[in-house]
Amino acid sequence: MTYAWDWLIFFKPSVTGEGLYGWMLVRGLGWTLLISLLSWLFALALGTVLGTMRTLTNRWLAWPALLYVHCFRNTPLLVQLFLWFFVVPELLPPAWGTAIKQLAPTTGQFLTVVLCLSLYTAAKVAELVRAGIEALPPGQRAAGAAMGLTQVDVYRYVLLPQAFRTIVPPLTSDFMNVFKNSAVALTIGLMELTGQSRQLSEFSAQSFEAFTAATLIYMAVTYGVVLVMRHVERRARIPGMLGTASG
Amino acid sequence: MIAINNVSKWFGDFRVLADCTTRIDKGEVVVVCGPSGSGKSTLIKTVNALEPFQQGEIIVDGVSVGGLGRGLPKLRARVGMVFQHFELFPHLTVTENLTLAQVRVLGRGKAEALAKGLRYLERVGLAVQKDKYPAQLSGGQQQRVAIARALAMDPIVMLFDEPTSALDPEMVGEVLDVMVGLANDGMTMMCVTHEMGFARKVSHRVIFMDEGRIVEDCGKDAFFGDIDARSPRAREFLSKILNH
Repeated sequence: MTYAWDWLIFFKPSVTGEGLYGWMLVRGLGWTLLISLLSWLFALALGTVLGTMRTLTNRWLAWPALLYVHCFRNTPLLVQLFLWFFVVPELLPPAWGTAIKQLAPTTGQFLTVVLCLSLYTAAKVAELVRAGIEALPPGQRAAGAAMGLTQVDVYRYVLLPQAFRTIVPPLTSDFMNVFKNSAVALTIGLMELTGQSRQLSEFSAQSFEAFTAATLIYMAVTYGVVLVMRHVERRARIPGMLGTASG
Repeated sequence: MIAINNVSKWFGDFRVLADCTTRIDKGEVVVVCGPSGSGKSTLIKTVNALEPFQQGEIIVDGVSVGGLGRGLPKLRARVGMVFQHFELFPHLTVTENLTLAQVRVLGRGKAEALAKGLRYLERVGLAVQKDKYPAQLSGGQQQRVAIARALAMDPIVMLFDEPTSALDPEMVGEVLDVMVGLANDGMTMMCVTHEMGFARKVSHRVIFMDEGRIVEDCGKDAFFGDIDARSPRAREFLSKILNH
């Protein structure tokens, strides 16, 4: 194999005149971080509500949550993205569809990816939240109720704070998955980190450097997630208890 | 104070409570005992509707418990309950455990709730532990905090569901001491327990249950003193637990 390695490629100007090649990666990373962090926030909020609903005895609340989880967890992320991007705008009232198509292309792509990734990840978060609540001793719910706390307060002050402590480790891997899954954005034309490294590879013909850089950046970002979550876990640990589960 | 009238409950086809009727007057201490599976825990939990029942009615301080719906938290706030496994909230400090429901349910101010909580913590002899987390306390200490937590709500009656069954033998005494103190102060109490010493010392009445039925419901002197007048099932039970 005759391949001319050039690790300085990142500091050379792009043939497209967009600035340095390295700058393309930085912009891509910016999109990746923005998409992932926003999606994670929405997914946490929505997943908490859905996971809670699944543990309620009220069928009219538990069932829709089950249906949601079933739909969003059991279909490929890519299919969901194509549905949101290509199909849903056609199903909306024409005026809305037109409004969406008139958005700046990047804005439309960005909003679609955040929507898609939030809803997809929320289904996974919901399952974790449900598992975390169901793993608690049943007496905790009874004790809260026996003191006269409303169901909402029992969840807010008694069950959810404990459930979240239990599920920090699996939540960490879902948080990391959001960053990795955000790469699907390139399929609808949003140039996030993976998209930019592919462009870099095509424009400069330095594929090895381009994808090595992308790999290292993803690893750095996900390692950052690990560090943050480790900190969260340590802060949330209950004095006197081994690990984080109650028991 | 509490009237239980013809209460029956089924789990599927299995009848766990069969036509139970009894009453507990203000200031009365009633011990509920019986073999395991006899329905005694289920019965006590119907009083604050932690267990629903299908037939009969329960009146607590003039309010019917069945079908209260949204009014239920209000009633429960007036009925203190102590559980077998303490059920302190492990992620909250002792102080937070004592004040949570006072603030959220009774709408007391933080300072008032804290003062009240600490007063009861003092009473159960654990004032120095106020900033600890439950897991940092022994079982007996946790149960005493749980009693203080219930008392801080100013309940009109206290329900105890096997409060000493999960404790090391050495710690049973400290919890019973607190309960005896409460009984002597005139608190209305319904206690599911196997502590016959406690029943003899402070209870007014003993209810004996078997297979979901109230088999005996009589004064403690009759229950322990006049054994020959008891039903065969109660005699058998008493002979097993009193001879050791």
